[in-house]
Amino acid sequence: MNQQRLRTRRLDTRTGLVDLSHGAGGRASAQLIREIFVSAFDNQALSRADDQAAFDVPAGRMVMSTDGYVVSPLFFPGGDIGSLAVHGTINDVAMAGAHPLHLAAGFIIEEGFAIADLQRIANSMASAAREAGIGIVTGDTKVVERGHGDGVYITTTGIGMVPQGLDLSANRASPGDHVVLSGSVGDHGVAIMSRRANLGFETELLSDSAALHGLVADMVHAAGPALRVMRDPTRGGLASALNEIAQTAGVGFLIEEQTIPVRPEVAAVCELLGLDPLYVANEGKLIAIVAREWSAMLVSAMRAHPLGRDAAVIGEVIADEQCFVQMATSFGGGRIVDWLSGEQLPRIC
Amino acid sequence: MKHMDEYRRGPLAQNIATQIAQEAASGRQYQFMEFCGGHTHAIARYGIEDLLPANVQLVHGPGCPVCVLPAGRIDDAIKLAMRAEITLCTYADLMRVPASGGATLLRASAAGADIRMVYSTADALQIAESEPDREIVFLAIGFETTTPPTALAIRAAYRKGLGNFSVFCNHVLTPPAMRAILSPPQLPDGAHIRVDGFIGPAHVSTITGTRPYLGLAAEFRKPVVVAGFEPLDVVHAILMLVRQVNEGRHDVANQYTRFVTATGNRIAQREMAEVFELRPSFEWRGLGEVPQSALRIRRGYAAFDAERRFAITTIPAPDNPACECATILRGLKKPVECKLFGTVCAPETPMGSCMVSPEGACAAHWTFGRFRDRAAMRKPAPARLSA
Amino acid sequence: MCLAIPILVEHVLPNAIARVTLNGVSKHVSIALLEDVEIGDYLLIHVGYALARLDPEEAALTLAMMEEAGAAGALHAAEARP
Repeated sequence: MNQQRLRTRRLDTRTGLVDLSHGAGGRASAQLIREIFVSAFDNQALSRADDQAAFDVPAGRMVMSTDGYVVSPLFFPGGDIGSLAVHGTINDVAMAGAHPLHLAAGFIIEEGFAIADLQRIANSMASAAREAGIGIVTGDTKVVERGHGDGVYITTTGIGMVPQGLDLSANRASPGDHVVLSGSVGDHGVAIMSRRANLGFETELLSDSAALHGLVADMVHAAGPALRVMRDPTRGGLASALNEIAQTAGVGFLIEEQTIPVRPEVAAVCELLGLDPLYVANEGKLIAIVAREWSAMLVSAMRAHPLGRDAAVIGEVIADEQCFVQMATSFGGGRIVDWLSGEQLPRIC
Repeated sequence: MKHMDEYRRGPLAQNIATQIAQEAASGRQYQFMEFCGGHTHAIARYGIEDLLPANVQLVHGPGCPVCVLPAGRIDDAIKLAMRAEITLCTYADLMRVPASGGATLLRASAAGADIRMVYSTADALQIAESEPDREIVFLAIGFETTTPPTALAIRAAYRKGLGNFSVFCNHVLTPPAMRAILSPPQLPDGAHIRVDGFIGPAHVSTITGTRPYLGLAAEFRKPVVVAGFEPLDVVHAILMLVRQVNEGRHDVANQYTRFVTATGNRIAQREMAEVFELRPSFEWRGLGEVPQSALRIRRGYAAFDAERRFAITTIPAPDNPACECATILRGLKKPVECKLFGTVCAPETPMGSCMVSPEGACAAHWTFGRFRDRAAMRKPAPARLSA
Repeated sequence: MCLAIPILVEHVLPNAIARVTLNGVSKHVSIALLEDVEIGDYLLIHVGYALARLDPEEAALTLAMMEEAGAAGALHAAEARP
């Protein structure tokens, strides 16, 4: 019998489209995984082509986090769904003060999605992971019928190790603590909105999507025992993160509007659309609640890191049974920064 | 940001507020009504009331067109949107306004209605041009600021011979609403508003000019100061009002001279007159029927009038009986005096018009100011005089 | 329905459109409601339309009046201090 090896054509990454066979688990699936994902992510664990990744685990306390990414548009100024999926989950792990170890990535791809775009996303993920010093060691791919997905959805899961002695948790925030913000708010949300045609504005502003674990490591080093909690203000913005912590810890906040950095482009877009930058999403920023005597040292350490150049103390934790986030406006009066109600639709007035 | 930041300077505001306190004679109460959703929002967002002395109070009038749109008209809009051939285009502000039985445009969209949020009438026109098989209906609301853009859209549709574009017109006018507020008696027990003057609307006035307020000021002997949008403008206008009250004057003054003139925008007025005419009467949520207070599309543009095209007959829908919007819109009660405020009625679950728009008195108070209720630092002067 | 902001005209385009800019953010708006719009004008824009043009002299006058009122207030505040 003829034992010729079956010659398969390489994937057409120029004009090829993902079809249902790529998710069926057969030869086409294997080819897609091999030529797009394994080749981009390029690490030992993946190359073994097992259904799982095996690795040794250091002693200590581990954290795990998972998140689904459904951003639209898929490609935006400063990133794409892939880099976002890597940064986002690294950040969730990092908010526990943990050093990220490994990532897993699941893809749900819509039939008809351009292979070229898939490759672009995979390469972007590979590059984000490489920069962060972490590997995407296992994953999964499914394909759904046309009309049942938004191009592609990605879920990433990450694990990391918490340094000994560190126990960050929202309920540790207590009156007198300082609130530190790592940089300007609203950049990511505005970058996304600039690509939504119906909002009709142009800007060069980039998303701030970034992996924060390096900054976090410096922060833990500088002020570890004094840190109470860290949070990255993603959907719902700074306002939502503060309200969540206030509710969990049963405290209030007093924030100074003047101290919150907002880029001029973000301020302009928010004026145009009637939005409040405090509610606009961020993907490369964090807040930290720290014992007040340590805040100056913490801010100093953060400013020495490229992702913390504009770090600042923006307020303090106060006793408040009703858990209001109060803000002294730059104008001199007071207001609360309430929970986001509904979705932040661009206001006309 | 030029021409914005200069008008947001806190220290200057503090100093002007000190001057207000100086000139607002102690022992006298001053109560001023602002009549513009944008002012309601700015006052709450910047915490302007914190700067004022205790005897100068601000009261919110029916200046938010989202808030005064009656539930029956939203019912009509939802019915239109539920028709398979219709695409309803609307400003985002309207998506969560409660209609009859808790229905909203947002819920209708979830149920399959083709509803598209637009930023501008131009967007709606564009959709009509690019989707000739769909019937595009634009849900038009707003005071005189927003009416000229609707007029321009209808004129453009006429010029282009767009056969699939129409407007469901709910435009309302400012001076008749101010008159409705001031004319006693307003409530069955004869109670009426105690208002010493008006902070006149900012952007409505760029279109109308300041002239339309002259008759009102003279007839009701109340000063009107047209104020800009920025917080310093509002504080400055309050000083001007205090001065008029002290001097026993009731003039129409213009604080917003950088954008507002006496005669207003002639081109805009011409466009509005060309396309629209006065309705004899129109129901305002919270105010009831107000004569000569709203616009409809003229016969010459009937092809673009959704009411004619789709034979809309509005069925008035009553509000929740415990809802105090009617009194709050007239400045007779404060949000916290409504039983539903903060219990059943909140921005996520609005019961009435004052809560649905971020500029409604209740929504603004809830979102920015409700932390003051527990403090009760300043005893509010009675807003309402019994007959 | 009042949200409107003053914004600078960068270019005047055909068909009554202007390109306006604020802090590096650009947008196209209709100037069909105004006459003789020029580059460098500040326009008040609302729902994609320019409603009015800023009068820089009046703006300066307004700021001056505000400063005057503020100065009077500051004087009173200073006098009130023990």
